Amino acid sequence: MKIMNCPLNGPRNISEFVYGGQVKAMPDHTGSSDSAWADYVFYEKTEIGLVLEWWLHSPSSYWFIAERHNGSDEITRTFAPEAIFCNRVDFKTSEVPV
Amino acid sequence: MPFGLLKYGINADYPFDKEADLPPPSELKARYDVVIIGGGGHGVATAYYLAKYHGITNVAVLEKGYLGGGNTARNTAVIRSNYLTPEGVKFYSASVKLFENLSNEFDFNIMYSQRGQLTLAHTDATVRSFRQRAEVNKHHGGRTELISPSDIAKLVPTLNLNPANLPVLAGLWHRDGATARHDAVAWGYARGATQRGVELHQLTEVTDVLTHAGRVTGVQTNRGVVNAGVVVQAVAGHSALMAQKAGFKLPLVAYPLQAMVTLPVKPFLTPLVSSSALHCYVQQTSRGEIVFGGGSDPYPLYNSRSSLPLKESLIASAVEMFPFLSEMRLLRQWAGITDMTSDYSPIMGLTPLENYYIDAGWGTWGFKATPICGKTMAELVASGGNVPELIQPFELDRFSRFKQVNEMGATAASH
Repeated sequence: MKIMNCPLNGPRNISEFVYGGQVKAMPDHTGSSDSAWADYVFYEKTEIGLVLEWWLHSPSSYWFIAERHNGSDEITRTFAPEAIFCNRVDFKTSEVPV
Repeated sequence: MPFGLLKYGINADYPFDKEADLPPPSELKARYDVVIIGGGGHGVATAYYLAKYHGITNVAVLEKGYLGGGNTARNTAVIRSNYLTPEGVKFYSASVKLFENLSNEFDFNIMYSQRGQLTLAHTDATVRSFRQRAEVNKHHGGRTELISPSDIAKLVPTLNLNPANLPVLAGLWHRDGATARHDAVAWGYARGATQRGVELHQLTEVTDVLTHAGRVTGVQTNRGVVNAGVVVQAVAGHSALMAQKAGFKLPLVAYPLQAMVTLPVKPFLTPLVSSSALHCYVQQTSRGEIVFGGGSDPYPLYNSRSSLPLKESLIASAVEMFPFLSEMRLLRQWAGITDMTSDYSPIMGLTPLENYYIDAGWGTWGFKATPICGKTMAELVASGGNVPELIQPFELDRFSRFKQVNEMGATAASH
């Protein structure tokens, strides 16, 4: 049984977790080009090595970030998303021409 | 044919050596007109059609392991064309038609067996989606229809129509559905290609792609540098890693896909049966083995390891569909690495490098496309970069133009 350490609930069976994609830096949503946005949406880091990923502890609906090796499947650390996402993003649309 | 067999049977000089499938290994030449990275089904099929239809025989297929030893040997050998989009249906239908005649074309038995494929719907939403798929498929010349549970019971009497308390509401019955021996497909293409002068170099790993001014000039291998006029990449699960060596990125995520096969038993199951809700498909090969396949792993990994939870859930689903299978013994289990695109369609055609063509993003649907993929990629190479109409929808730049071809509902895996 593979165990993942949830920052909120402690070590739990991996079957309790849902993968949520890689952590990526969002481009400026008001001014970025279509191709920059496409890059953000469709492209992930594909090298073999450590990757930062979103994971959900499904029973408690808690989202957090895990660092995992995508070749050996070793989970090196897990932490609360506040460590990276500390600023609020407001989705203002006024500057986008309709 | 029987007399020929009898003659061989009593002949001490069995003509085996004279009919070797592949020529012995040779030295790498310094330059080839076309270098194909990856000696799986797609790579050797491309080489075969280049030689057969376009007279291009100065071709090397470079394979880091052995012929057809990657995902060509790891898929579950399903051939079908009952996809969702017109683009997908047209493409896979062309593949089904090529498969039908492949044994004759090769003079080599690929054990092609057209038994029909049945997909089960357990929800109203799936029934609606099946109705759409049946109509799209019929429109493009496929034989697909929606059938009722009573028809399903006649077609597959051994099937449990209430698996895991998910009653079967309808079935998508695809008469063109078939299976074949996947290894034999690669062997047949490789034999046909090498007989026409193509070189297949096994144990030859491409470690780097050499480029100059937006063009590829050759590849670095563990056996030295090979110059190339054109390079075709067909490396399945490692596509994104190979593209990085060439200096561009692909919108792919690598997931393991696990499958297994039982010991052979007497034939009891003619159609290929899959359940849309249980994420499981079951078929009996022409050799009598029962193949179980399912969805990809729940998270990405560049590793063909197996995991007990996935095997357990796959077996649980298979046993729900055919309860008596719980008595069966497993023969083998394995995994392959699938390169998934976000729209569940492949990536074929041009790349940012002028003379470097891509054949990737085959996720869980690569085997069934082997013939048409080889044929269209060969046309692309021979024409010097004119993308054949059939594969234009699958170009790499669809991801920057937001022109995806959404086949998500039509694959057996992870939807």
